[in-house]
Amino acid sequence: MTVDWSWIGDHTDDLTSLTLSHLQAAMTAVFLGLVISLPLAVLAHRVRPLRGFLLGLSNVLFTIPSIAIFVLLLPVSGLTRTTTVIGLTVYTLVVLLRNTVEGLDSVPAKTKEAAKAMGTRPLRTLLTVEFPLALPVIFAGVRIATVMSISLVSVATYIGDGGLGQLFTDGFQRDFPTPVIVGVVLTILLAVVADALLVALQYVLTPWRRRRA
Amino acid sequence: MIQFDAVHKRFPNGTTAVHDLSLEMPEGGVTVLVGSSGCGKTTTLRMINRMIEPTSGTIRVNGEDVTRQDAAELRRSIGYVIQQAGLFPHRTVLDNIATVPLLLGWNRKKARARAAELLETVGLAADAGKRYPHQLSGGQQQRVGVARALAADPPVLLMDEPFGAVDPVVRTQLQDELLRLQKELNKTIVFVTHDVDEAVRLGDRIAIFRTGGHLVQCAPPAELLARPADDFVADFLGAERGLKLLSLRTLAGVPQGPAPEGGAWSLVLDAGRRPLHWASKSTDAELPVRALKDTDSLLSALDESIASPTGLVARVDAEGVLTGVSSRDDIHVHAGQAHTEARAVAA
Repeated sequence: MTVDWSWIGDHTDDLTSLTLSHLQAAMTAVFLGLVISLPLAVLAHRVRPLRGFLLGLSNVLFTIPSIAIFVLLLPVSGLTRTTTVIGLTVYTLVVLLRNTVEGLDSVPAKTKEAAKAMGTRPLRTLLTVEFPLALPVIFAGVRIATVMSISLVSVATYIGDGGLGQLFTDGFQRDFPTPVIVGVVLTILLAVVADALLVALQYVLTPWRRRRA
Repeated sequence: MIQFDAVHKRFPNGTTAVHDLSLEMPEGGVTVLVGSSGCGKTTTLRMINRMIEPTSGTIRVNGEDVTRQDAAELRRSIGYVIQQAGLFPHRTVLDNIATVPLLLGWNRKKARARAAELLETVGLAADAGKRYPHQLSGGQQQRVGVARALAADPPVLLMDEPFGAVDPVVRTQLQDELLRLQKELNKTIVFVTHDVDEAVRLGDRIAIFRTGGHLVQCAPPAELLARPADDFVADFLGAERGLKLLSLRTLAGVPQGPAPEGGAWSLVLDAGRRPLHWASKSTDAELPVRALKDTDSLLSALDESIASPTGLVARVDAEGVLTGVSSRDDIHVHAGQAHTEARAVAA
């Protein structure tokens, strides 16, 4: 397998737009996953009976094969970016929901009690004490969900989307390895860079965890 | 002033934590609630700021029924210090202290300025303000806890075993600091502890609870030590309660005379007439001397009179300069008088 470097040079514009499209699909899914998970996690954390149900549901959704999800969604949203994003979002839920619940569980009872005893109302306690302290665990989930989504986008090639995944089908069909190799390398690069950025963001958002004594 | 009127607390599991409690905690005084675990002392404290709601009865803070007030607003008006400080790990020391002012709607600048001022009040360096709680020692964290409770200058301070988690040396320091602060601030303080010595040191009044949430006796420490209401209180105060009573009295009234010239031992002074040690005349032995001020307790005087080779206690002024010596007999007589007086007051 040799890489045809001239092909890469001729297709930089295509590669750039595929990379951006790939990234956009993955980031939208993680963002929507968070928007859905945060309130559900608060519910699962506060209302014990709901906890098992919600976490179980997210597990069941996770077991549906990815191609099946896209096929099942076709009658609803067709061969569109929407289908890709919905499918990916469903998969992010399992890690985001579980980690957010666990993050909220990890906040020391003593700290919540102190907030209450100082006269902090429940919503403010959630926003200014519980979420910040749950951040490290939530972030661990966001990192997994992000890397997972970036690798899963390619599956959506079957419904005509798929970002960098399109390079794989293109390469296979023409029996031409260069696009496949480039697609793999760019996907890995995207995942590594995204993860590094998330680590940096977490560092900025949790100043109290630096220089642990 | 805090008034409990026929307050009862039963938990849903059927245990009675507080049984028919009627008690007044005077304004500007320290009321210490003591008893073994499960006696209802912490429940009693926590009902004042409605962290726990009473089953029946009324609790008034400065005349107002606490259950008629918004719980969050009530809590902002009452300082609260928790075991092991309970600081917010994600906020700097300064922001921890500023918690209640910010909840009350002060602007951030004013709240931080107030927090910086309190840092000094509780004896912490200004640069501690930018740190996070985990970067401080246990004792320092506890000071921050006290500063946080004082931030909005509440008239009432609730302290739930605040010094329980620090070592004895730091504990004594924190107790001293609290007494010093209380002299300036005159807060109405309710203090929960299971440590009798801490109760005797800090309390203007001590309320002793027995398992099942019964208040057994509430009295000033001297009265409690001199006249325990029953065997339970006597046992709880311990076999040395006679000595504990002496810890409440100072050396001030005990007569003193000049240091002896003859005898087997002489008191060696430095150039500024401050006691250095006892020196033997026959051998070259030296024994340490612990010179006492008028403000030191009769208990430490008794202790020193036993340890001293001559039975004499060196007395010094505030600068540490020798003023005279007191004999073991004089100290004994005064110790006896302290007991007689305490019994007379109690009767």
